[in-house]
Amino acid sequence: MLRIDNLSAFYGEARVLREVGLEVAAGEVVTLVGRNGAGKSTLLRCVMGLHAGQRGTVELDGRDITRLPAHRRARLGLGWVPDDRGSYATLTVTENLTLPPTVGPDPWPLERVYEAFPALYTRRDSAATMLSGGEQQMLALARVLRMGARLLLCDEPTEGLSPLLVRQVGDLLREAKRHGVTVLLVEQNLHFATGVADRHYLLAEGRVAEAMDNSEVRSRERELLAYLGI
Amino acid sequence: MSGFAQNTFNGLVSGAFYALLALGLAVIFGMLRVVNFAHGAFYMLGAFGAYVLLTEVGVPFWAALVIMPVGLGLLGMALERAVIHRLTKLDPLYNFLLTFGLTLILQDLVKLRYGVQSSPYETPSLLSGSVNFGLFDFPTYRVFILGFAVLLCVAVWWVLTRTRIGMVVRASTERPDLTRAFGIDVGRWVTPVFGFGIGLASLAGVLAAPMRAVNPLMGADLIIVVFAVVVIGGLGSIFGSVAAGFGIGLVQAWGEAYLSAFPIVSQTIVFVVMAGVLLWRPAGLFGREEAPA
Repeated sequence: MLRIDNLSAFYGEARVLREVGLEVAAGEVVTLVGRNGAGKSTLLRCVMGLHAGQRGTVELDGRDITRLPAHRRARLGLGWVPDDRGSYATLTVTENLTLPPTVGPDPWPLERVYEAFPALYTRRDSAATMLSGGEQQMLALARVLRMGARLLLCDEPTEGLSPLLVRQVGDLLREAKRHGVTVLLVEQNLHFATGVADRHYLLAEGRVAEAMDNSEVRSRERELLAYLGI
Repeated sequence: MSGFAQNTFNGLVSGAFYALLALGLAVIFGMLRVVNFAHGAFYMLGAFGAYVLLTEVGVPFWAALVIMPVGLGLLGMALERAVIHRLTKLDPLYNFLLTFGLTLILQDLVKLRYGVQSSPYETPSLLSGSVNFGLFDFPTYRVFILGFAVLLCVAVWWVLTRTRIGMVVRASTERPDLTRAFGIDVGRWVTPVFGFGIGLASLAGVLAAPMRAVNPLMGADLIIVVFAVVVIGGLGSIFGSVAAGFGIGLVQAWGEAYLSAFPIVSQTIVFVVMAGVLLWRPAGLFGREEAPA
């Protein structure tokens, strides 16, 4: 579904991605793991079309989208879950949810979103930034589900969440996967990653250092944790 | 008592002009990150256009009230597409200089044709005379301006907070990149929003024609105070610009009435208020600190 070829990205003179190549098949959940600064977030931003300095190609369903602006990519079914949760202070919770147009074949109706997230329903008329960090994370995920996005780009959705909420995020991603949604996930929490994902890419210094499956990550967990510095 | 009521009423009327101009500046700044120095020039063009329409073509006030905002709004959109748009990716200072240059050009074009003397514009007959609210006689035309401006501000607020277009404008103003990532073509909204802000300025100009001296520099005199209003309200804050517009109108009117023994104070009071507000709240009364990009 998603294919990245020879992708390099720059911040001014500094090169943060070096000839990255990877693929995500339809219906797969794939994580990017790596140290801080390895280029994981930049990679997601390149896929979304939010990073200006880049070379290489990004393909969606066999179509080259490298030159498409972000809003056109979103309309092809990309769902963006940013690392800062992307809550709008000037929009209510309901407006945060209904801002993006529906783009996929299976968008969640608002009622279903509110059934799944009663806390969001209770606060539906508040400014989104008045929600707790966990609620804002749920809002960010609920928003792309309501869009009906086919490929979710999630930048550390579990960061700073309580174990209970981490489990809830996991349940959501597994449910999305059951419905055929594809997920590319930046994740530092290896335990969480092996619980939801099918495969993993280890990014190091802007390159894909290794591709691993779940059993490999589990058997090398100690070594990987030491490498990631957690 | 009636003196106080009169001063307050006059303050609210000049506040209505500040509010309409500041509101346009605020939506433009929010969407484009452009401080539109030419705002005062479009206010002047609105008034001058109404004057020319009446004296040279015989088009009455009520028609000018529609023709000028629409026409100048379209001209604003053309300017945005032709020049302003090309500079938005650069330092905001470039567009500030560009719109400053545009102001000088527009002013001088009008001067070239009509000179610098003020031209009188007759109050529309429907609104001549005065209304008595008990305390004293209010000029009907000023009552109309105040009511019209308040209605307009409420209408703009309603569109911004209650409609899908308003939601998209708020989202694009707050986080343009994020909003693009949610499938919204932010760029498509920039030109109409600029045209809308210009239209508001032109409308204020037409409203001003019957009560202020119509001359090429009328916008330049006003815009400095309007900038102070926008800064006090909080750059880009819609509610702040309107509230500060009316507030500054009041402060100025009261200052002129009760501090007239100290002309230095009454003439600078707006800027004293601005300095005080900035010391207390650097982002303005209703502004939010810019989030680091």
